[in-house]
Amino acid sequence: MDRIFTRDWDKPQGHLLSVYEEAGGYGALKKALSMTREAVMGEVKAGNLRGRGGAGFPAGVKWGFMAKDDGGPRYLCINADEGEPGTFKDRYIMERSPHLMLEGAAITSFAINAHACYIYIRGEFYSAARRVREAIDEAVKAGHLGKNIHGSGFDLDIHVHMGAGAYVCGEESALIESIEGKPGKPRSRPPFPAAVGLFNRPTIVNNVETIAAVPSIIERGGAWYAALGTPGNGGTKLYCVSGHVKKPGIFELPMGTPLREIIFTHAGGMRGAAPLKAVIPGGSSTPVLTPQEIDVKMDFDGLKAVGSMLGSAATVVFDDTACMVRSLARLAHFYAHESCGQCTPCREGTHWMAKIVDRIESGKGRAGDIDLLDDVASSIMGNTICPLGDAAAMPVSGFLKKFRVEFEEHVTTGRCRFPPQALAPVKTDRAWV
Amino acid sequence: MHPPDGTVPEEGMALTFSDKAEAEIKALLPRYPAGEAALIPVLTLAAQEYGALTDDVIDLVSTRLGIPPTRVLATATFYTMLPKKPVGKHHVQVCTNIACSLLGAEHVVEKLERKLGIRRGETTADGLFTLSEVECLGSCGSAPVMMVNETFHENLDEDAIDRVLEECRRG
Repeated sequence: MDRIFTRDWDKPQGHLLSVYEEAGGYGALKKALSMTREAVMGEVKAGNLRGRGGAGFPAGVKWGFMAKDDGGPRYLCINADEGEPGTFKDRYIMERSPHLMLEGAAITSFAINAHACYIYIRGEFYSAARRVREAIDEAVKAGHLGKNIHGSGFDLDIHVHMGAGAYVCGEESALIESIEGKPGKPRSRPPFPAAVGLFNRPTIVNNVETIAAVPSIIERGGAWYAALGTPGNGGTKLYCVSGHVKKPGIFELPMGTPLREIIFTHAGGMRGAAPLKAVIPGGSSTPVLTPQEIDVKMDFDGLKAVGSMLGSAATVVFDDTACMVRSLARLAHFYAHESCGQCTPCREGTHWMAKIVDRIESGKGRAGDIDLLDDVASSIMGNTICPLGDAAAMPVSGFLKKFRVEFEEHVTTGRCRFPPQALAPVKTDRAWV
Repeated sequence: MHPPDGTVPEEGMALTFSDKAEAEIKALLPRYPAGEAALIPVLTLAAQEYGALTDDVIDLVSTRLGIPPTRVLATATFYTMLPKKPVGKHHVQVCTNIACSLLGAEHVVEKLERKLGIRRGETTADGLFTLSEVECLGSCGSAPVMMVNETFHENLDEDAIDRVLEECRRG
């Protein structure tokens, strides 16, 4: 299989421009600059590249929504605020293949005719930010970025903008607010960022992995890229696997690789004798699956068909030593902590849910708590400005639907029968493929 | 030291940015069409200079960027990495989100509480360590994980925790 993201990850100093150029790096940018903007966008549309931040919206179509060029500023923002629990792919792209992202940024900026690009990197990613800054300097010196790139007359400045600790800033309009120096509170839409975005100008926000896929599409064509995946889901995907498996890590595989194969072949299967109990397929907000449901294609449509979501393809694997109530409590607290407080259902509901799950886990659950929990979740769902409300409600509804018995057991017995998880790191040679 | 624009500080307005921070601010501003966009980077710098975003530091940032203090405060209080009170020399942040908790993150925090003699959220009396429980650090494939200042420590086992603390103590 062609490796797009992980091609240089095993090479010593694979993050350097020299290594990237030796493998043909920035050739796609030169090619794009000789094409029309429409043709570049057309290839990306043909490649069925869907947004890798989790929403799965076709990238080429999104670019097509950019407001008509009025000669004023237009922006590209790259979402590197990787924070969905279970997800650790964008950090690796930035640390190991920063030029892949920068070349994709340059091609995308050319396609949407933006001359400034901000890479919004979450505050904790110091080493990734260092790598990206060094890579920008290298690329500017080599003429891949900056003024009159490769004699095309196209100018582009790329800036790193660090976040400061707020999960909600991974939502694109909150990210824009945050770059503008404000609290990261999502905006009501419409207008969408493509019409009124950063500094009230037309803006595209794309995830790191989406952007990093662009050079390969231009180099080898949309049709080639589309054929790597499944119908409607182009390319390869970085699957992040964590939890109770033998070989946690990042696996670059074709879009639509079955979840069972990802867990049992690539991630080596379960870590010990304890059998599989549950899988969160695409990051903490995506509805949980039971062991009977893992024969599913890991793409946007495959997971939708089983009532879950591909999200950021962050697969968290639970063996039967895990308590589902305690696990949900952990997630409920996360969303309560990260709610920006703007919408009442989310601001109040996330804390309320965390309180109820805590009560059930500590053995003090009351009759009616489970139904109440379900009711609060469905009252948040669809009733907030941004998807954080849904993201908080979906795991609750999912856990209750699939593991209700365990919640009932906690309430009726008045205790949790699961011992704490022992300290058990899994040391493995990192796997990329 | 005087403010960088050469004006004389007003009564009670004691704080200024160091030359190094001021140089960084000057480099930051041209990156944005609106100065307010430099607010989070400047708050980050200010926190590094003064250890915490106290009221007088908020005023300093407000004056330097020409943004009303209420707006500076609204942003400063929204983000968890912008400290409102000083943290220890070594800020130990343990991820206890889902992937780390499945591999024993709670044990990591409890062990650190025992070894440091403080609870999560507290700072040791000598000011050397602050222990925090944090949300997902994006390192789930190498869980459990903690960050000490800017460095990730992954695949934590008992020895690794001891080793990291000792390295901090040695300086």
